[in-house]
Amino acid sequence: MSATTAAPSARAAVAVVSQSPARLAWRRFCRRPAAVAGLVVVMLFIVVAAFAPLIAPVDPVKTSWSLIRKAPSWANWMGTDENGRDVLSRVIFGARASMLAGVISVTIAAGIGVPVGLLAGFAGGKVDAVISRIVDAMLACPFLILAIALAAFLGPSLQNAMIAIGVTAAPVFMRISRGATMDAATNEYVEAARALGNPPWRVAVRHILPNIVPPVMVQATLAIATAIIAEASLSFLGLGQQPPAPSWGSMLNSAQRFLTQAPWLAVFPGAAIFLAVLSFNLVGDGLRDALDPRAK
Amino acid sequence: MKSHLGTRILQVVPTLLLVSIIVFGLQQLMPGDPALVLAGEERDPAVLAQIRAELWLDRPLPVQYFHWIGNVLHGDLGFSWRIRQPVAQLVLEKLPVTLQLGLMAFVIALSIGIPMGILSAVKKNTFWDYVANGVGLAGLSTPNFWLGIMLILLVSVKLGWLPPSGYVSLFEDWRQSLATTIMPAFVLGNAIAAVLMRHTRSAMLTALEQDYVRTARAKGLREYIVVLRHALRNALVPVVTLGALELGTLLSGAVLTEQVFSIPGFGKLIVDAVFNRDYPVVQGVVLVTATVYVALNLLADVLYVLINPKLRSA
Repeated sequence: MSATTAAPSARAAVAVVSQSPARLAWRRFCRRPAAVAGLVVVMLFIVVAAFAPLIAPVDPVKTSWSLIRKAPSWANWMGTDENGRDVLSRVIFGARASMLAGVISVTIAAGIGVPVGLLAGFAGGKVDAVISRIVDAMLACPFLILAIALAAFLGPSLQNAMIAIGVTAAPVFMRISRGATMDAATNEYVEAARALGNPPWRVAVRHILPNIVPPVMVQATLAIATAIIAEASLSFLGLGQQPPAPSWGSMLNSAQRFLTQAPWLAVFPGAAIFLAVLSFNLVGDGLRDALDPRAK
Repeated sequence: MKSHLGTRILQVVPTLLLVSIIVFGLQQLMPGDPALVLAGEERDPAVLAQIRAELWLDRPLPVQYFHWIGNVLHGDLGFSWRIRQPVAQLVLEKLPVTLQLGLMAFVIALSIGIPMGILSAVKKNTFWDYVANGVGLAGLSTPNFWLGIMLILLVSVKLGWLPPSGYVSLFEDWRQSLATTIMPAFVLGNAIAAVLMRHTRSAMLTALEQDYVRTARAKGLREYIVVLRHALRNALVPVVTLGALELGTLLSGAVLTEQVFSIPGFGKLIVDAVFNRDYPVVQGVVLVTATVYVALNLLADVLYVLINPKLRSA
């Protein structure tokens, strides 16, 4: 009896041992229904943003004087705005600006922050001290105020808003990458790589960089949520996407003027921002738990 | 403890110096010649040269920086190009409005965030924990300008309970002042409440697993005494310091909240300055905000040492 039960259990043990860390993390992620729901909504937003011209019922910038501020109906599910434009189509195209801003600004932030953080953590000493002081100074400027100032000096446009958000978010990536690098640098495999005569850049890029990916990934997901709010905030202030191109933030800006006559203009773009940010936060929380089960 | 605080205060100096370089550098990003912006329609080369000389724009960058930082150290943040007033005076006029809003928001955040965090930790993995976590996550995911607009729609437009916008000074009419600021303060405090809730929950969960809590329970103390007197007192140490840091975040959030509720504070000052291309005001506001933020960081560090008995005796 023991022989028959031992064989399957041994196979199971081998199966567990042979699973890659990524697969184990994915399994842990899938055990969290809220995170999976968040991922599904994020994927939905990405699909909507990518295929906006195919999904939107009408052209989002097409005006119609006969359709000014019409309440939601079968013809216009989310109503129409002050220029007779279809709100649903504008919300769908607005997803494009938000997703683009989220992904591109975080790519800029990680593109600056990760190499600099890796350098600070790996080199240590004076290099680390100088970089850390610069990061401290950048973090001392409140995120949105610095982003507003940068966007103001660069000029109002979606592209400049993305640059402003990316540059402002970079110090957080520097700090996380620096900490993770210092942590990874103490591992035996790094010492072994050094002992084998690998040049420092190779040790940093080939042996340390892959090991700092999990915390950077978690931060990137959460930073996309922050970037979506930041882009909406800048567009709300008139410093992001410029009219008539649709953006959730600029739609809320114009909705403010018609709150009593057309409240639906404020409800739908805001709900879209909330849902997108909530979903990215759920995915980020789920990823953090899946990649570092010790973190609470 | 004294040496720790001394080191921390010394670290603030290079940070502020670098902040000033970043703020000064912002002006260099501006497309075109600032003298042309100031001159408006005037294109006379003599006038432009005079403006450049007055603003020290005809000197090398390092000279311009040392001239500017020298003035800043003497309390001169420059002169508004549009309002024609010293920036320091404008900042001093607007800052009390934002401080009132920020302090009210902070009180609201504390009174929502900490009780919710305690409830969530004490009732871990129950319905109340899920509700508190859900509310916290929703608070973090709601853009405060949208929440502001929705509240105006509900509370002011539909119910007519509070004015939708405007500001009355506390010294003018305190009742009207509270009526105009309570809704923006709630909007501003909402996200901070969510952050405080998460930190309180995490700190309380750690505290509730400690030996001294087990000992207090073993002594037969009532659960609310164990939670409030033993666990919470220790859990609040990191929460208080994080709270001080969140005060700085309020300054950022105030920009949008003041815009939505038409409150003439610090946030509205920077937004108006941005649209008027009044760059000395933008620089001044960013510099003051960053300095306040650095000071709050330092305060958080000092508080952490002062309220943590282990560090205090070190």
